[in-house]
Amino acid sequence: MYFGKGHSGCYGCPLPIVVRNVLEALEGRCFVVNPTGCLEIISSQYGRSAWGVPYIHSLFENAPSVATGIVNALEVLGREDEGHVVVFAGDGATADIGIGNLSAMLHRNDNVLYICLDNEAYQNTGTQQSSTTTPGANTTTTPAGKVLPGKVSRRKDMIAFALAHKIPYVATASVAFPRDLRRKAKRAVEFRGAKYIHVHCPCPTGWHFDPSKTIYVAKLAYETALFPIVEFELGNLVRVRKIKKRKPVEEYLKVQGRFKHLFKHPEGKKIVEMLQQIADENAKMFGLDV
Amino acid sequence: MRKVVRGFYAVAHAVKLCRPNIICAYPITPQTEIVENLAEMYANGELENCKYITAESEFDAASILVGASATGARTFTATSSQGLILMSEVLFNAAGMRLPIVIVCANRALSAPLSIWNDLQDSMALRDAGIIQIYVEDNQEAHEMIPQAYKIAESVMFPTMVCIDGFKLTHAYEPVDLLDQEFVDNFLPPYNPPIKLSIDNPLTFGSYAPPHCYMEFRYRMHKDLVKAKETIEKVFKEWAEIRRDWGGLIEYKEGKTVLVAMGSLVGTIKEVAEENGLGYLKIRTYRPFPAEEVREALKDCENVIVFDRAVSFGYEGILTIDIRNALYGEAPDVYSFIVGLGGRDVPKSLIEKCVSKVINKEIKPGYSFEGLKEFEEVLY
Repeated sequence: MYFGKGHSGCYGCPLPIVVRNVLEALEGRCFVVNPTGCLEIISSQYGRSAWGVPYIHSLFENAPSVATGIVNALEVLGREDEGHVVVFAGDGATADIGIGNLSAMLHRNDNVLYICLDNEAYQNTGTQQSSTTTPGANTTTTPAGKVLPGKVSRRKDMIAFALAHKIPYVATASVAFPRDLRRKAKRAVEFRGAKYIHVHCPCPTGWHFDPSKTIYVAKLAYETALFPIVEFELGNLVRVRKIKKRKPVEEYLKVQGRFKHLFKHPEGKKIVEMLQQIADENAKMFGLDV
Repeated sequence: MRKVVRGFYAVAHAVKLCRPNIICAYPITPQTEIVENLAEMYANGELENCKYITAESEFDAASILVGASATGARTFTATSSQGLILMSEVLFNAAGMRLPIVIVCANRALSAPLSIWNDLQDSMALRDAGIIQIYVEDNQEAHEMIPQAYKIAESVMFPTMVCIDGFKLTHAYEPVDLLDQEFVDNFLPPYNPPIKLSIDNPLTFGSYAPPHCYMEFRYRMHKDLVKAKETIEKVFKEWAEIRRDWGGLIEYKEGKTVLVAMGSLVGTIKEVAEENGLGYLKIRTYRPFPAEEVREALKDCENVIVFDRAVSFGYEGILTIDIRNALYGEAPDVYSFIVGLGGRDVPKSLIEKCVSKVINKEIKPGYSFEGLKEFEEVLY
């Protein structure tokens, strides 16, 4: 087993689903680098490692750099055929604290597959906002109060960030569509250079929905176009997952406790409108509507 | 082969002879020319089985070496001052993961105020990281220390940092008797650790340890670092037999009054000691700290005069704290002079002035900053 034995994820946690699918798609021939975060905490306790592949955790912000070190070491030591170097990193490690190191790795175009597991906050430490938290979300550092309606600023556009580095492969995926994710992992490693896949991972614990609804919520994010599923090769948009009948963003927001204040808060309506506008922009930019 | 070279080249040439697999660094004065020399060798195809990687920061550079070292590569980086402090999170981590990364620190003062000039505040601030720290006196010793540093690091599995005074050594032209490839190949075996990241034996590196086992890891790390003194001595002895005797963990000449220093300042205190019939003590290995050796050397003398170039702000000179602790319960009076911060010159006359204050009993044991100017002098 490449991953899973004895991990301590919450009920309904999407992370093991993503990790297992990627590792299986790549037949376990992976050196995994994992920064500090949910995945690390649920899988790497001393004596109880859930990893059946070579695995390293160093710090919170340096996984891309550690991956650079591994891939270059394998090359100079003549061991490249041992496997791919894959980073599994949370959104905080990716879009916040580690973004400088990620930029450096993408800039060097090191032969690394970087997978961001986006659960939209620092869930491991109790749901503090990150720069990928959806506006309006109630987190412990952007609590919905009498004045403030939760998180205010928009999600950092990590796809645009990755594309700006002119790397050969950039895609998004969702835990809701494991077959698509597996195909993308396999496709990504056909390119030599840096590859970036941003995977949407709804978190029942931090987003406050029933643990049986992880896939359902992930699907709604796609069906509302709040999380577009797209694929770029050599900078060109080559594929999008079309949406048959796009749903209003309220349907996604209403099933999550983190947004429930929006429907009574004086600022709530404005936030919902802004999110609908973001969804509309996504649909237009990527041609998501059938 | 004897050649007049700068400190940078003395280091870079030695690194090349050690056949590193991954070199990674970020520019910072006064270190930069070390890695520039290596970049040039790399660009000219002189480094076999080696990758020279540019990083976006010292933090990135050190992290890259963590990945490379864990994969079984021999690694090198050089840095200074703010760069070392930026690396510090990684270096604490690398020590805990027992990765034998070799670092050269071209010692430089820390900001603020910003100073590119020399003192030892940068490396001494990392004394508790669990990395081996060796201080060298001149460029010949710097050159010869590099292969020894690799042998030590890879024997005891700790990051090892060779500390070389910025400018005073790095930029200085000196005749250096350069090692050759065959000599280094005979001394330093290829690095092939039994424990590394590999597909055949998929291990987990960097686990987290709950309270039921964390302390045992740290105890083991401490015990091994203390025990590393034996290995360091062994490597120094081996070097003494095949090349030149630079001393052990310390270099010591006895006297009633003994002057203590590290790094390039040792040259000055040796001269003052010789001219005035005093003893001297050079700390070569600062971590692990040679406490027994220091005690044995100093316990019967009257005065110990420590010249510190780094301060534990709010307490006193950092080396002094260690020396006095090693001498606890012994008789000598310990005098401490903090000198040479931020590149302030430490001429022989300043050392002599300090010594005469002690010998003429003008001061009591304690510490003071020496070579200070009046406030008005600094302003204009």
